[in-house]
Amino acid sequence: MTQTELHSSETTATHHGSAERKWQDYFTFNTDHKVIGIQYLVTAFVFYLIGGLMAAAIRTELATPASDFVSPETYNSLLTLHGTIMIFLWVVPAGAGLANFLIPLMIGARDMAFPKMNALAFWMVPPAGIMLVVSLLVGESAQAGWTSYPPLSLMTGKVGEGIWILSILISGTSSILGAINFLVTILKMRVPSMPMNKMPLFCWAMMATALLILVGTPVLAGALILLAFDLLVGTAFFNPMGGGDPIVYQHMFWFYSHPAVYIMVLPLFGAISDILPVHARKPVFGYQAIAYSSLAIAFLGCIVWAHHMFTSGTPAWLRMFFMIATMVIAVPTGIKVFGWLATIWGGKISLNSAMLFGMGFVAVFVIGGITGVMLASVPFDIHVHDTYFVVAHMHYVLFGGSVFGLYAGIYHWFPKMTGHMLNETWGRVHFVLTFIGMNLTFMPMHELGLQGMNRRIAVYDPRFTSLNELATIGSYILAVSTIPFLINAIWSWAKGPKAADNPWRALTLEWQTSSPPAIENFEVLPILTTGPYDYGLEHEDVAGLPTAQPGSAALSGSSGS
Amino acid sequence: MQGSTVDSAKAALNYHGAETAGHEAHPDHRIFGLIVFLGAESMIFLGLFMAYLTFRAVYPSWPPEGTPERELLLPGINTLILISSSFVIHQADVAIKKNNVGGLRKWFAFTALMGVVFLAGQLYEYHNLEFGLTTNLYASTFYVLTGFHGLHVFLGLGLILAVLWRAQQKGHYSSEHHFGVEAAELYWHFVDVVWIVLFLLLYIL
Amino acid sequence: MNIPSSILTMLAGIALTLVSIWYGQNHGLMPVEASQDAVLIDGLFNTMMTIGTAIFLLVEGILIICLIRFRRPVGDETDGPPIEGNIPLEIVWTAIPVVIVLVLGIYSFDVYSNMGGFDPNAAEDPGVVQVAMLPDGDGALTPLMEGHSHPMGHHHVALGIGASPETVGKPADLTVNVLGLQYAWIFTYPDFNITSGELHIPVGKDVRLILKAQDVIHAFWLPEFRLKQDVMPGSLQSELRFTPKRVGEYPIICAELCGPYHGAMASKLYVHTQEDYDTWLQSQVASRPDGTQTIAASSDQEDPNAAYLAPFADQLGVNGHLLEQLRPQPTAALVAPAMSSAGMH
Ligand code: HEA
Ligand code: HEA
Ligand code: CUA
Ligand SMILES: [Cu+2]
Repeated sequence: MTQTELHSSETTATHHGSAERKWQDYFTFNTDHKVIGIQYLVTAFVFYLIGGLMAAAIRTELATPASDFVSPETYNSLLTLHGTIMIFLWVVPAGAGLANFLIPLMIGARDMAFPKMNALAFWMVPPAGIMLVVSLLVGESAQAGWTSYPPLSLMTGKVGEGIWILSILISGTSSILGAINFLVTILKMRVPSMPMNKMPLFCWAMMATALLILVGTPVLAGALILLAFDLLVGTAFFNPMGGGDPIVYQHMFWFYSHPAVYIMVLPLFGAISDILPVHARKPVFGYQAIAYSSLAIAFLGCIVWAHHMFTSGTPAWLRMFFMIATMVIAVPTGIKVFGWLATIWGGKISLNSAMLFGMGFVAVFVIGGITGVMLASVPFDIHVHDTYFVVAHMHYVLFGGSVFGLYAGIYHWFPKMTGHMLNETWGRVHFVLTFIGMNLTFMPMHELGLQGMNRRIAVYDPRFTSLNELATIGSYILAVSTIPFLINAIWSWAKGPKAADNPWRALTLEWQTSSPPAIENFEVLPILTTGPYDYGLEHEDVAGLPTAQPGSAALSGSSGS
Repeated sequence: MQGSTVDSAKAALNYHGAETAGHEAHPDHRIFGLIVFLGAESMIFLGLFMAYLTFRAVYPSWPPEGTPERELLLPGINTLILISSSFVIHQADVAIKKNNVGGLRKWFAFTALMGVVFLAGQLYEYHNLEFGLTTNLYASTFYVLTGFHGLHVFLGLGLILAVLWRAQQKGHYSSEHHFGVEAAELYWHFVDVVWIVLFLLLYIL
Repeated sequence: MNIPSSILTMLAGIALTLVSIWYGQNHGLMPVEASQDAVLIDGLFNTMMTIGTAIFLLVEGILIICLIRFRRPVGDETDGPPIEGNIPLEIVWTAIPVVIVLVLGIYSFDVYSNMGGFDPNAAEDPGVVQVAMLPDGDGALTPLMEGHSHPMGHHHVALGIGASPETVGKPADLTVNVLGLQYAWIFTYPDFNITSGELHIPVGKDVRLILKAQDVIHAFWLPEFRLKQDVMPGSLQSELRFTPKRVGEYPIICAELCGPYHGAMASKLYVHTQEDYDTWLQSQVASRPDGTQTIAASSDQEDPNAAYLAPFADQLGVNGHLLEQLRPQPTAALVAPAMSSAGMH
């Protein structure tokens, strides 16, 4: 069957793919979850570079105490768009990309539950991002921070703020549509032989993520609708001048945006839970505990939002409630962290790039987690709220967590996605540069914040100069660190050595089909005969497993690899 | 489940030829998907309701002093119409399950009519209110909440009309295949329930 | 081989504990402590640093050991031991964080309460404080039911840090009204009819700041006092109450993004000895022409607002006239009427 036929029937195709993907497919409204997954990942990465470029501009401005690189207005635009793009156009869609690619493969389905809606969700991302970037280029962009607190956000330019609101509404809708797909697919489309507690942990994590998206994002939409009325029509929901209440906006915003941080990190928790056992050749330690802790984090994540508002307007007793609830999140997260450590302890670790980023994830995320628990403490947060201590915290969890996790995931699944192996040496160079750059950039920020440097400022007290210089140098190293990765990814995709179906000898389902998977994923529906992490159990000889199989021979024949 | 009991010589996976079923045989998840979607939708409304309740709680008197009075009669009638329409649309579901396409069309048309009356009544009320969108915080919340709900009624109406349109085609809906009917009905019930809460919040409380 | 390894573990544990305790006390990351609140918060922070360092060393230590000891030898294709879990161990590493979190929670609660976070009267209409507090005088916190006389009618949320448990119910020694506006702080001393661009307070006295914003949200931050509070426009007002214990000059920083020049919105806090403070008061009152409210310092070239706003004056459209206008009246109109009477008691 030919590619054209596949296109003419965009609905859940009934072909049992012997066709191969053409590169043009990636630029069309394609409904194959694997294409969509890669579309998401590549688009998101482009936005990461753009957001990173803005970060580089921010750091260049902050290399000296004076406001000398860009105007203060531009500086505010830069930091607003940097935060917005990194969150809504890089980490969130990149997580959705991984999920799109992996979920159906991991549970043995042929596609997502609603493939057309899936494609629609993806195609909302590029316009949302392009709008933001264009608004910066034409000099009319939002300036009120990614939090966009009124009344300031109502006073810094209607056009830019309007574009910002529209952009978030679009990407939020995209994220909701994606979440519906993930949830329905995970709950309803597993192969019959896979009960919930034999799912790969990534699926558990994505289930928790989808729930958070479904609960949180609509409330943000509600807040933005009201904000848009204030901005464009002149109502006063959040404008104290007209009798409105800006604190209501803060509650609605954080009701989404706190869960959003778990929306950003839970998929990567899942990915790490899948990556570490493979490269350490050991079963994941405490499968059930790690699985349920995702749900616990999702639940707790919904009842802690006001910890971003300890200095604004919450009654004292509520602050205490939010403080305790926030701190308690350390418990399920700790279960995960210790579970990961116990997984690799005593294993047979092959220290490839995926594993380096995986272990780097744990190493760096923990620092951000510890400062997070400190921030949860009300009296201490009163001192450091809105300072560089918070900036340090958020980058340790967002960069050290989400970005390291995404890199680990990319190194791990790249062979499956593209059918080519990445170059290990370049991968290690990438890791070392990223690890050094990241710590050099964000570690000094802790001290800056504690000593008295507030965030979102273009000019600062000259006594903070030296630490800021360190951070700026670190950020340049980070910028450089992306270059080996880019070269490696592009070159390997085009010319890299062919990947075997299961180069890591992993046990989860996505590795039991060809690399890259056939268009319909599995020639025949697979039946589980082993758990996802049964390394070292019974079949000592997993090594020869995938290729020795009759079933997979049929599959690889169909993939053309 | 049998994972650990297979003997080691066996592969991690078996492929079961008998299950090579195509996609047609997949169970239909669209209703479940719609329910999840409506769950998300209700979070928007919940968010807006909580905002409304906070504004209300923070103000010493609500509606703020000087807000012109509202009629209760017209919205009351409107509410009755919308609530009854939920029962009406359910008759369509009953009908199609008996393969009665005529019944389906009759009841859907009736529901659509009630929806139109509701929307007209709402517009009429807007027209005759003595406060505008920006009069005060109460007025703003009133218009935005009812307006946002009205938009949903409008969309529901669109769904109903689409089903009606398709129902002209012979055999499009049957007792077996009537996702569109169920979806429109479910959506309509949702819009209805939201209105009940909204009515209690805005008019009664 | 087993015995040495458990001894090694124990030694590592001791070393980890010692290092953590040492670093928790000697990190030197905080600025000077200029008030009792700061001492309390630093105690809390040191505790958290100790625990944090321990967790950090534990996790990174395990990672490094894994890196070194559990690398796969070249050519070894076998799997590791199939250990899937260990219930007692999992209970331990669930229980320990639970305990840590509870301890930190209670400790933070205690510090917060000692700072005055639970003062139910923080930032509320002071007119009502008098009604509620004075009759019985024992500081029993009569519920403030009469408090519905607010202009916009917001209920009282304790915005900020109020009186500490010892001073709750007692009026502060000094009350200063603070107005935040793009991009300056303006301080009015209702008892003395003084308006200033800098905050001067006497050491050892119980100081109460009533905070209001004119345009957007600002945040009043005193790093050396570890105090910060958002300053809201509209009808909400907030409060910070503290006792400076160290003479000196400290930065006042706006911590909430409030526009392009947010970074330049700063001022100075001077903690004086009582004598110096009196001298300052004297000079302020003296240089005031005839009791009408004019900012005393504004006439000399040292006017902090003017000086610091000068570079931006053009962009901001701030001119001397505007500043002059902003000074006494709006502050007075917004917060002063009730305040000045409260200050007398
Ligand atoms: C991926 C993103 C991410 C993640 C995962 C987290 C995780 C956490 N965050 Fe963070 N946070 C952000 C992103 C994230 N955060 C961002 C972006 C902001 C700033 C927003 C803005 O203002 O712009 C922010 C701000 C922020 C604040 C507000 C600060 C302020 O503005 O004043 C607070 C306060 O409580 C907080 C707390 C926490 C806590 C307790 C966790 C916990 O989930 C961490 C739990 C993890 C661990 C604790 C480590 C592992 C556990 C163990 C090893 C067990 C043993 C440990 C202990 C007993 C301590 N965060
Ligand atoms: C996932 C989220 C994420 C990520 C990955 C990052 C990454 C980085 N962030 Fe980000 N940051 C946020 C989320 C994130 N940030 C958020 C939410 C805020 C708060 C915003 C607000 O206050 O509203 C913030 C704020 C913030 C600030 C504070 C600004 C202020 O308060 O004034 C700073 C300052 O240093 C900073 C720096 C950096 C740096 C140096 C990186 C680096 O890691 C970036 C490294 C990457 C690069 C440098 C890309 C390099 C690539 C190239 C150079 C290639 C060339 C380009 C092409 C080929 C197109 N960030
Ligand atoms: Cu005022 Cu920032
Ligand atoms: Cu949070």
